Amino acid sequence: MKKSFKMIDLDCANCAAKMETAIKKIDGVKNASVSFMTQKMTIEADDDRFDEIVKEAVKVCKKVEPDCEIVIK
Amino acid sequence: MSRKQKKMLVRIIVAAVIFAGGLFVPQAEQFTLLWFVRLGVFLAAYFTAGWDILWKAVRNIAHGQVFDENFLMTIASIGAMIIGEYSDGVAVIIFYQVGELLQSVAVGKSRKSISDMMDINPEYATVERNGEEIEVEPDEVAVGETVVIKPGERIPLDGEVIFGSSRLNVAALTGESAPRDVTVGDEVISGCLNTDGLLKIRVTKPYSDSTVAKILELVENSSENKAKTEGFITRFARVYTPIVVAAAAMLAVIPSIITGNWGDWVYRALTFLVVSCPCALVISVPLSYFGGIGGASRHGIMIKGSNYLETLANAKTFVFDKTGTLTKGSFAVTETVPKGITESELLAFCASAEQNSNHPIAVSVVKAARAAGDIPKAENAREIAGFGIEVTVNGKKVAVGNVRLMNKLGIEISDTAAAGTVVHCAVDGIYRGYILVSDEIKEQSKSAIAELKTLGAEKCVMLTGDRKITADAVANTIGLDEVRSQLLPDGKVSALEEIYSAKPPKTTLAYVGDGMNDAPSLARADVGIAMGGLGSDAAIEAADIVLMNDNIENLPLAVRIAKKTHRIVTENIVFALGVKIAVLALAAFGLGNMWLAVFADVGVSVIAILNAMRCMRIKNN
Repeated sequence: MKKSFKMIDLDCANCAAKMETAIKKIDGVKNASVSFMTQKMTIEADDDRFDEIVKEAVKVCKKVEPDCEIVIK
Repeated sequence: MSRKQKKMLVRIIVAAVIFAGGLFVPQAEQFTLLWFVRLGVFLAAYFTAGWDILWKAVRNIAHGQVFDENFLMTIASIGAMIIGEYSDGVAVIIFYQVGELLQSVAVGKSRKSISDMMDINPEYATVERNGEEIEVEPDEVAVGETVVIKPGERIPLDGEVIFGSSRLNVAALTGESAPRDVTVGDEVISGCLNTDGLLKIRVTKPYSDSTVAKILELVENSSENKAKTEGFITRFARVYTPIVVAAAAMLAVIPSIITGNWGDWVYRALTFLVVSCPCALVISVPLSYFGGIGGASRHGIMIKGSNYLETLANAKTFVFDKTGTLTKGSFAVTETVPKGITESELLAFCASAEQNSNHPIAVSVVKAARAAGDIPKAENAREIAGFGIEVTVNGKKVAVGNVRLMNKLGIEISDTAAAGTVVHCAVDGIYRGYILVSDEIKEQSKSAIAELKTLGAEKCVMLTGDRKITADAVANTIGLDEVRSQLLPDGKVSALEEIYSAKPPKTTLAYVGDGMNDAPSLARADVGIAMGGLGSDAAIEAADIVLMNDNIENLPLAVRIAKKTHRIVTENIVFALGVKIAVLALAAFGLGNMWLAVFADVGVSVIAILNAMRCMRIKNN
C-alpha cells in the first residue's frame, strides 16, 4: 500500500532528508519519501502492518524534528 | 509572512536592539560592575534571539541527533562567549536567525507560487439532483449525473456538454493561451476553466479517473522520483557536517597544545562550526528541481520527477516515432493507380478489406472510397499484423497491404517511387494496382529539430513502419540524422535497443512518441516523452514526461528547462561549496572571523534560494 501524509511545520530541508533515511530503515517499508517542497511524506509498505509502520514513521520524524506535525487521516 | 515568521521577526528586532545597546557599554575589567552589566545585556540579547535554538539543541541531543544545526550553533555561540567574545557569540545567533527567517520566507513564497501555478484542482462541483442544484465534492459525483458549470468556474469532471456553449481556457493544462470553443455534444476535460457561458455536462468519468485527478497525481508524486544530484547532496550533507566538526575539534586542540594559544585556535574552530551546516545545498537543490518542474507545468509539460529532468538535460540522442509525433497522423489518399480495373473499383476493394480497421491509413482509404461509391461487404477477414489484410469480397479473394504482403503472396508489383504509404491490392492473385496515402508533416517539426540540435542533440532518429522512400522523404524535410524504416510493430523496441547501444557514453536517450502504441519504447528509453497527453490516459501513464498539447515545439522547450535547471543546480552547488571552503580556509589561517562565517552561511543560502527560483521562469522563444 502506498499513502501520503501532509506535514505541518517541516522547517528544515536537512531534517526532511534525515527523516526519509530513518523511515526507509523501518522494517516493512518498501519505499519512502519526505518532500520538503511539497511538505508531504509518502510511505509504501506492507499492507498488513501499514498502520503500525505509519505510527513508527511518525515517531521517527518526531525524533528528528519534534515541532513537525504529521496529519494522519 | 506567517504568524510564526512575524513572531520571529519581532524577536530578532528586539534582540538586535538590545545587542546594539550592549555594543555601547564599554569593555571593563573582569567581574567589575560594568563587566556584569555588559554581560547581562549581551545575555539578554542572546536569549531573546536564540532560546529556542538552545532548547531544540538540548532536546535533539536527548533524541540522539548529534550533528543537528541547532546543536552546532549553540556550541559555536556559547563557545565564543566562554572565550570572552560576547559580541561574536550573540551576533552569530542573531544572524543565524535572520538567515533562517529569510530562508523560510523565500521557500514559503516559492512553494506557494509553484503550487498556485499547478493548481487545477476543482474545489467543488455543482450537481443537479432532483431538480435542485447542490454543491458537492467532485469525488461524490457519479457517472451520468449532470453538472452545472458557471462562467469563471473550473470543470470538475470529464464529461460531455449537453447544454450551452462556451469557451474554455485550457492554459493551466496545456500552456496554450488560445481558448477552445465547445458546444453541445463536445467532450470536455476537467481542469479547464469555463470563461463565457453556462454549461451543463453529463459526467462520463468518476473523479478518480478524470484528467484533473490523473494530472494532480502525477504532479504530487513528482517529488518522489529524486534526481541523482539530490541523492548525492543528501549523502554529502550526511558526511560534510561530521567532517567539518571533526576538523574543528582538531583545530581547537592540536595547534593549541603546540602554541599554547588556546583562545585564538578555539575561536577559529568555532568559526568552523558556524559553516558546518549544509543547509544552502540541501534546500536549493530540491527547490531548483521543484521550480523547474513547476515552470514546465505552466507550459503544459508534465514531468514525473526531478530524475527525468536531470536525464533529459543529458540527452544527446532523440528517437522519434513518426506518426502523430513528427507528422500530424491525419492521412489522406493522394493517388490511386489501378491496373486493369477502374479507380473506384480499386478503392472499393481496398476499403472493403480495411473497413473494420481503425488504423489511420485504413480510415483514410475508407473515407476516400465512401466519397467514390459504395463499399462492398467483406467476409473471412484475416489480418496479418505488419503485412495487411486478406478478405473475401463477392467470392473474390482480395489481399490488401504493403510490399511485404505482396512478396509473401508471390505477387509481382509495379514500381512506386512516390513518397507516402502505399497500399497494394491483389484480387484472386492478380495485381490490381495501389493507393498512395500520405501524412502531413507538422509545421513545427523542422524548427523543433533544429532547435534541439542547437541545444546539443547529437543524433535525431526516426522510427517508422513506412517504406524507406516515404520515411527518407520525411526525414530529409525535417532534418533528421537517421531513419529506421519498414519496421514491424515489434521491431521498434529492438531498433531502439540498437540505437541505445550506439549512443555516446554518459549521455542519455530520449524517446518521443504519442503514447498510443509505443509504451514499450517509452519505458525502454532513459526518458520517455509522450505527446498530446491531454485526453490520453495511456500517454500519461506510460511516459516520464508528458507534453499535454500536440505542439512538438514543447520538446525543445522541455530540454531548455531541463538544461537551465541543471545549470542552476550546478551553480548552486559550486557556489555554496566554494564559499564554504573559502571561509573554512580563511578561518583556519586566522583571517576570517565568526561574523564573516555566519554571513557566508546565511548569505549563501539566501542567494542559492533566489537563484533556484529562476528555474521557474522560462521564456517562450
